[in-house]
Amino acid sequence: MANQEVDHSKRRFLIAATAVAGGAATVAVAAPFVMSMLPSERAKAAGAPVEVDIGKIEPGSMITVEWRGKPVWIVNRTQEMLDQLGKIDDKLSDPKLEVPQQPVYTKNATRSIKPNLMVVVGICTHLGCSPSSKLKQGEDGMGSDWPGGFFCPCHGSKFDLAGRVFKGSPAPINLEVPPHHYLSDARLLIGEDAKGA
Amino acid sequence: MNKYLTCALNWVDERFPLTANWKAHLSEYYAPKNFNFWYYFGSLAMLVLVLQIVTGIFLTMHYKPDAALAFASVEYIMRDVSWGWLIRYMHSTGASMFFVVVYLHMFRGLLYGSYRNPRELIWLFGVAIFLCLMGEAFFGYLLPWGQMSYWGAQVIVNLFATIPFVGPDVAEWLRGDYLVSDATLNRFFAFHVIALPLVLLGLVAAHIIALHEVGSNNPDGIEIKKNKDPVTGIPLDGIPFHPYYTVKDIVGVAVFLIVFSAIVFFAPEMGGYFLEANNFVPADSLKTPAHIAPVWYFTPYYSILRAVPPLFNSQFPGVVAMGLSVMIFAALPWLDKSPVKSIRYRGAQYKGWLVAFVVSFLILGYLGTEPSNVWGQFGANVPVLGGADRATVVARMLTVVYFLFFALMPWYTKRDKTKPVPERVTG
Repeated sequence: MANQEVDHSKRRFLIAATAVAGGAATVAVAAPFVMSMLPSERAKAAGAPVEVDIGKIEPGSMITVEWRGKPVWIVNRTQEMLDQLGKIDDKLSDPKLEVPQQPVYTKNATRSIKPNLMVVVGICTHLGCSPSSKLKQGEDGMGSDWPGGFFCPCHGSKFDLAGRVFKGSPAPINLEVPPHHYLSDARLLIGEDAKGA
Repeated sequence: MNKYLTCALNWVDERFPLTANWKAHLSEYYAPKNFNFWYYFGSLAMLVLVLQIVTGIFLTMHYKPDAALAFASVEYIMRDVSWGWLIRYMHSTGASMFFVVVYLHMFRGLLYGSYRNPRELIWLFGVAIFLCLMGEAFFGYLLPWGQMSYWGAQVIVNLFATIPFVGPDVAEWLRGDYLVSDATLNRFFAFHVIALPLVLLGLVAAHIIALHEVGSNNPDGIEIKKNKDPVTGIPLDGIPFHPYYTVKDIVGVAVFLIVFSAIVFFAPEMGGYFLEANNFVPADSLKTPAHIAPVWYFTPYYSILRAVPPLFNSQFPGVVAMGLSVMIFAALPWLDKSPVKSIRYRGAQYKGWLVAFVVSFLILGYLGTEPSNVWGQFGANVPVLGGADRATVVARMLTVVYFLFFALMPWYTKRDKTKPVPERVTG
């Protein structure tokens, strides 16, 4: 026994096999720790769709509702506001909505299901601030050619009344339109596509 | 009495290398005799680390890491806990002073080439400490759960969301929710009070072990180990760290504590630079403050983030540039090809670039604290730049200078006219 030669290749194999088995076990044990940091079941439940009463929004005004802790704006646009939308295409980064920031059923001229009602997530696509509403044309501090829209106080991004970003803004893409559908004329559900859509 | 003490020390030494360690790291660790002002900041960084750990432990006794309670618990510490205001202001001032001291400590490295062979690993451990410190500052800043805490965390976590393909999932995993919430606060607390401090302490130990292995650099950038006393083997230009530098560092500590106390007692908010006004408003996920700026020590990198325009509808290039602007310090030992280490013997080219870098760093730092329209816009009649924010254009140019300092270093340090380096340190 004492004089027996050391079998180096056997020793190397055993070391490698131990390292592989130990490594695999380490990865397997790490997985539950990493996954414990994912949103919990409670957080997922709190992210459920939100139902909103939209019957009382005056034309030309907006309400903000909370969905998954994010502000969702619902603006009841006047005909005058809607007329503006088509006229400013040359000032926008993505007027044709090529970046998929909206469900397919809102990829249209007004970026909405009902023409007058805009539904967008009020979180700037630059770095997640919430822009302020500057709905009126030529509103204070926005310059006389301001067509109405939103202005982000963090880094100066500008969006129009369909949540489309103006050229020259730090924000790279349009505001996100969340999945939504109408339960009835006055009831809107945010966070879920219509069945079959 | 003395006999019993010696006896006790012997008993310990036979079981633990107490005297041997004391000698190796203090009484017989030979440091160059020509250390100057710039050599205070290493020991001061250790002092601030201890201050942060001690004040942090006491804050943890009263703080509640819960989105519903956090803001009020900080106010409770400030108003109702005996001396709570002092401990909290020491901790918040300590955070900013940590960066002051570390930035000066790093600048010393640039001045005297302390990152050069054979001290590359000391430098790399140092860069890791710096990253860890930035993490500590970021996680800690969410804990008061004020508006700036909340939206600052929102912006930084969203930086990860810009990573192509996996970004949004990574951001969700970091937050543990669809937005910055209680889950996020709770885990940031865990990182801030236990995970990162442990890593930090380990890195500081590695930094010092590596330093004491190769020995300290000095303002002449000469290796004192090249000239040893032939009999004793002690470097001719070296003096024992204790008592010479322990006494010198105590003077530095005294001056530092005067400045530190002046801030804690008379200007703990430092005009909004150490504690921002918006952070005295509780976090509100539906309302972004009018102007979001990081705390001053992050602003140079934040300016770089803002300066890089989006590419292919993605903010990711800016995020990469910001990450690179911090990480690039790690490459210094291999970028610097100069035959000399110290600024004393460098030529005009390196000095010029160093000045350009420091000026860029400071102006970028200032711009990062201000909104991007702080200097107004160029007039519409200015070619190319018409209508652009002046500050953004300046930040873009300075970002280029910042990176050129590193990118061109292999060339200008090689071509520079250096002065001859003396054999022995010059006092």
